[in-house]
Amino acid sequence: MADTVAARDGAASRTLSLVEKGPALPGRRSDEVVIGVSPAFGAFFSRTIVDIPHADVLRELLAGVEEQGVQARVIRLRSSADLAVIAHTAAKLSGSGIGIGILSRGTTMIHQKDLLRLSNLELFPQAPLMDLETFRRIGRNAARYAKGESPEPVPSRNDYMARPRWQAKAALLHIKETGFVQPDAGPVELDVLIRLADAG
Amino acid sequence: MSTRSTARPQAPAVPRRSKRTEILENRPVNLDGFVEEWPEVGMVAMDSPYDPRPGVRVRDGVIVEMDGRERKDFDFLDQFIADHAIDAEAAGRAMALSAVEIAHLLVDPKVSRRDVLAVSCGLTPAKLLEVVKTMNVVEMMMALQKMRARRTPANQGHSTSARDNPVQVAADAAEAGLRGFRELETTLGVVRYAPLVAIALQVGAQAGKPGVLTQCALEEATELELGMRGITGYAETISVYGTEAVFCDGDDTPWSKAFLASAYASRGIKMRFTSGTGSEVQMGNAEGRSMLYLEIRCILVAKGAGVQGLQNGSISCIGVPGAVPSGIRAVLAENLVASTVDLECASGNDQSFSHSDMRRTARLMPQLLPGTDFICSGYSAVPNYDNMFAGSNLDPEDFDDWNAIQRDLQVDGALRHVPEAEILAARSRAARALQGVFAHLGLAPITDREIEAVIYSHGSKELPPRDVLEDLKSAQSVMDRGVTGLDIVKGLEAGGFPDMAEALLGVLRQRVSGDLLHTSAILTPELTTLSAVNDANDYAGPGSGYRPSGARWEEMKRLRHVVSARNPEQEVG
Repeated sequence: MADTVAARDGAASRTLSLVEKGPALPGRRSDEVVIGVSPAFGAFFSRTIVDIPHADVLRELLAGVEEQGVQARVIRLRSSADLAVIAHTAAKLSGSGIGIGILSRGTTMIHQKDLLRLSNLELFPQAPLMDLETFRRIGRNAARYAKGESPEPVPSRNDYMARPRWQAKAALLHIKETGFVQPDAGPVELDVLIRLADAG
Repeated sequence: MSTRSTARPQAPAVPRRSKRTEILENRPVNLDGFVEEWPEVGMVAMDSPYDPRPGVRVRDGVIVEMDGRERKDFDFLDQFIADHAIDAEAAGRAMALSAVEIAHLLVDPKVSRRDVLAVSCGLTPAKLLEVVKTMNVVEMMMALQKMRARRTPANQGHSTSARDNPVQVAADAAEAGLRGFRELETTLGVVRYAPLVAIALQVGAQAGKPGVLTQCALEEATELELGMRGITGYAETISVYGTEAVFCDGDDTPWSKAFLASAYASRGIKMRFTSGTGSEVQMGNAEGRSMLYLEIRCILVAKGAGVQGLQNGSISCIGVPGAVPSGIRAVLAENLVASTVDLECASGNDQSFSHSDMRRTARLMPQLLPGTDFICSGYSAVPNYDNMFAGSNLDPEDFDDWNAIQRDLQVDGALRHVPEAEILAARSRAARALQGVFAHLGLAPITDREIEAVIYSHGSKELPPRDVLEDLKSAQSVMDRGVTGLDIVKGLEAGGFPDMAEALLGVLRQRVSGDLLHTSAILTPELTTLSAVNDANDYAGPGSGYRPSGARWEEMKRLRHVVSARNPEQEVG
């Protein structure tokens, strides 16, 4: 199955193609970070709650990891839309024990395999406040944890007016995403292809 | 590149828009989120075709069927409610009345509160829902005016700091007490700060007016420990949910919450549960029921657990009912149902709700006008940027508006205008008392420069930063050394604040008498309990019940600027 979604906004609009390669297996390299995306990320949904294209989100996460000289693998969780489950599963499949989980609406978490599931290394709970720079820094920090460093956490932002504007839409997005959960389906490895939309 | 050199087809003309549309488009209300109803997943306030039909069957004093579900099919909320919240003996007679008849009992001032309680104790969740569905907001306000448990309305404030600065929390607590809040709540950005900030709140609260009760919202075990030690005076953030799945997400059941409630009661500590519309759909597990139906189940779980009260009115999920049709009516209905089953109701208005000042006010009126036990269960007594509950519906910038509205309508919102000199004195006293207590307990010192800054500040941005690592070490030592409320009393005495020591001791003594366990209990500045027992709501129509009069009404007439009638060239303060 392949999902191709185009990001139409902005000067450089990109398409994201996520192709399932088969079951996601535990990694053996200690210098990798696994990014776990939610069931409908880059599939039914193409943008975060504030319309940031998933193509750009994933591009920044990957770039952040790679600029630290660390490898990144992307998997899709199909059995849960719970961010802690997604991030923790990614961490457990990661050769370094570090994983990033992300929901379609943009909520993100960095996790480590030996932590309790309901704990985490860094949590970014307010999806409407996530921007590309933050995603880049999350990728960077995850890679640094994977290298055994202790980076300063990415500053989390807070806006008390996010609730009146976004809370109900977030609930709708969560319900929609939950509708794509397949309880018995295991995580799958994804081939990621991000291209400029009008490049041929 | 070839595509770029080709002339693009002409873009379709953008339809011309009116200047008025543009103005409306830029109004703050259009920054608020509004969504369509979706009853199948529970995205509906109170009118869903998927809510159960009311009904009850009792055999040998046991409810064997409730709202269309046989006992063997009960989930744990059904079971808890059927066994502990509903009076099976009263159920037959109460359920035989039609929803409209019961709504009439609620609205009719000639039917006493006690008579309503004799019926409401036998109603199932679906029946309570049917009853409020027959009522519009004015009828609900009429009913709430009669059904709130305590005669005299009160208010609760938040005192928090974006930097967890204890000096700020103490000063703002003192000001809040002076302005009329009888309960104050704090929470943290960095959780490890909790013991220090809770001590600051406890000290500051007694610096404005004696007898203000304080709490610190935390993970439940720590919150209980601070309460048992007397570092806090009550507890509120014990959350319950309307579906089994969401309850289980928090590793809880109604029985575990009831056990926690009894732990507080065992020490004579006041506590209430918290719930609200929208939490289940927010977590994606509403089982296709309306927000209000699920909230009524929460209300009855609180009732069944034997706690004296509930904080509800959507609370942190207000953006969800606030976004759907009739959502704010449903929020009023949940307050009304809590009062109707004889619980203290701390009625919300405590979270940022709207970008529009008109909507913020409209959302407040249904609680302010009839009065509730706590109109706001968190009016932010610090600027919203300092509010660690993620912002409230009201903050200090609204103090003067609140006071003017009270005066305009002669409605008691439980706050008052205070001249600046008195406020500065109380802020100073709080900060100095905390300085003394910290010194007595060997905690990270508070400098005179900090005190000077905090007296005149609005928020944490204007304060010198504290040494966070030293503060956190101090906070840990409070826990390690087993510091208690009595140590704070001794610190106040040693620091030269014997009257505040006396006040705090008086607050702590309440847990021995247990008077604060009564429904809707608050302490007066004279340290006597005011509750549904000795201040029972006696509203019975025009000319009865609580009406601001005498000294209180004179106090409400005072605002920042009022032109003197005797000499119009002057203002009376």
